[in-house]
Amino acid sequence: MQITTPHFKENATRAINDPALQQALKNVENGFIAKRRAATDALPEFEQLRDSARDIKNHTLAHLDLYIEEYEKKVVASGGHVHFAETAEDARAIILDICRKRNAKTVTKGKSMITEEIGLNDFFEKNGIEPVETDLGEYIIQLRGETPSHIIAPAVHLNKDQIESDFRRVHTHLPADRDLTEHEALLNEARQVLRKRYFEADVGITGANFLIAETGSSVIVTNEGNGDLTQTLGKCHIVVASIEKLVPTLNDSAQILRLLARSATGQDMSVYTTFSTGPKRAQDPDGPEEYHVVLLDNGRTAMLGTEFQDMLRCIRCGACMNHCPVYHAVGGHAYGAVYPGPMGAVLTPSLSGIEVGGNLPNASTFCGRCESVCPMRIPLPKMMRHWREREFEKHLTPTAARYGLKFWAFFAKRPRLYRTAVSLAMPVLSALGGSKRRIHSLPLAGGWTKHREMPAPEGKTFLQAWAEQKAKGTSR
Amino acid sequence: MSARDNILSRVRRSLAASGDDTQRRTAVAERIAAARPGIIPQRGQLPTDERIKLFCYYAEKYGATTTRIGSITELPAAVSAYLKSRNLPASVRMGDDELLKAADFASEPVLSVLHGASDGNDLAGVSHAIAGVAESGTLVLASGQDNPVTINFLPEHHIVAINAADIGGSLEEAFADVTQTYGKGEMPRTVNFVTGPSRSGDIEQKIIMGAHGPRALHIVIVDD
Repeated sequence: MQITTPHFKENATRAINDPALQQALKNVENGFIAKRRAATDALPEFEQLRDSARDIKNHTLAHLDLYIEEYEKKVVASGGHVHFAETAEDARAIILDICRKRNAKTVTKGKSMITEEIGLNDFFEKNGIEPVETDLGEYIIQLRGETPSHIIAPAVHLNKDQIESDFRRVHTHLPADRDLTEHEALLNEARQVLRKRYFEADVGITGANFLIAETGSSVIVTNEGNGDLTQTLGKCHIVVASIEKLVPTLNDSAQILRLLARSATGQDMSVYTTFSTGPKRAQDPDGPEEYHVVLLDNGRTAMLGTEFQDMLRCIRCGACMNHCPVYHAVGGHAYGAVYPGPMGAVLTPSLSGIEVGGNLPNASTFCGRCESVCPMRIPLPKMMRHWREREFEKHLTPTAARYGLKFWAFFAKRPRLYRTAVSLAMPVLSALGGSKRRIHSLPLAGGWTKHREMPAPEGKTFLQAWAEQKAKGTSR
Repeated sequence: MSARDNILSRVRRSLAASGDDTQRRTAVAERIAAARPGIIPQRGQLPTDERIKLFCYYAEKYGATTTRIGSITELPAAVSAYLKSRNLPASVRMGDDELLKAADFASEPVLSVLHGASDGNDLAGVSHAIAGVAESGTLVLASGQDNPVTINFLPEHHIVAINAADIGGSLEEAFADVTQTYGKGEMPRTVNFVTGPSRSGDIEQKIIMGAHGPRALHIVIVDD
């Protein structure tokens, strides 16, 4: 995809002024949060499971090289193939090669963020292969030439009437006077159109939520069943997965599965959790003849052993963006990267470089909701802060902000001067507030006061209040 | 160096670890061999009667229907009754499963039974689940000649028979059942954990049933 991360500000402004998008975004805040809450409240062991899942991933990451080797052995033993891809480009070339060997014309796809990350659809089209997205949300955005705006709800930025007009534009073989006003009618039409495509496909591609070293299985978690039809009816099943998807055992996957659906959609389990191991067996009447796994690095190994290693625990549930006030305000496309929201703000600079993605960690209020709901206990705000520090060190921060910070730092490093300056500024600001105790405009802060008023300071400075509090505390 | 070696050596360099470290190798081998269960929720450890009740509660919460029969020989009549109640033609597809064979579908002559994988033209399919998971109302289906995967996804109505005794409490128990049948570390091509019928929330987050898989899931619990 076209990375527009450096233009986050412009993207965000456009998003805030887009009434259709703002309408659609209400569904994020209204739906996901309450559903997750109800599901986690109904499972008393949820917090313990979070610790357990964190420990499983930490252990796996600390032994990742060995688990990759064990996993590879099991895949090969079950008749499958493992391909290693260092970069997105390598992964695309490997996948194309497998498809070419099968003379593939059409490829069906289950929902997968990793194939978005490697830009697989565009690449297929340039090479004369038709990719068919089969997840309803992915299908809709493919018709529109868009990318997902959410990692588990790719079309969450759209309203029903927009989808209706896309279906009328594309499905011209259907009667023009058909009724598409209900959600059901739209779903049925997509079901009918896509059903044929599964049977025509030469290759079916899915991602993976987990790779299991104990058995050599790949696991997908879905609600629609499209991923299963994709990987069952295609003659060849290709799994694209990044290396951090590994877990040691089936029982380890159970711990994380209990967190995944609850954190994502508020279900106790998603409708379909499917374990796939190798190609179809000699006696099997259905299933793919070939099974390939493309294991992708694309920047992950460089995160290991750094302050960003914890990010590799991410299971892509989307809870962080569902609870993010910035995401609620601007939606996923404004981030201009494959992965939006808080997890995207941490991951994008890691995968695409700080020069490209360094802007995103600034798109946070540091309210901490993302960390509080992250099932894998990833310290997202802390890692965004690490990126901000790196951005500053690399002189990528905008000039005005740098001067502002330097100006503040000058005083902060000289406490006596700071206190004097503050006690001088206080009465001035207080007077500016007038009888309403509100300041309408401030020099050098016009961008801030343009949208809101600053409350005028009242009473004492924080340091004065702190000192008094402390004195009281000790005398008690 | 191959891409494989590059990736593995980059992992080792980043972790400041060695691939020859016997302590690390032993830790990994032991963990896979022991495959210890982690935290199992209380509700996944209930006695039999409550367990089956919980299984039905969650299966129904997620849109499945359930019924109980006293013996496997009552299955053909239960399937017929279901099809009739939904105004469906008296025809089903199924694999060569032993339990389904024992049901003796010939005893229900109005019902036509097709065998083998589905080609997408069947309105109803019948499968046998090897395990159930009470904590979430989940069915566990293993692929093979006895239970083709296409039957789980292509027909509009999926009818699944399960022995009451095979309904366990937790995901871990279901994995133990799979391991017992196929061997430690071994799996059939596909194991489907199914919780309710297919659905999508992709249009305005409104949940609509019957996305790409079955619109309806009917579970027949066989007591014996």
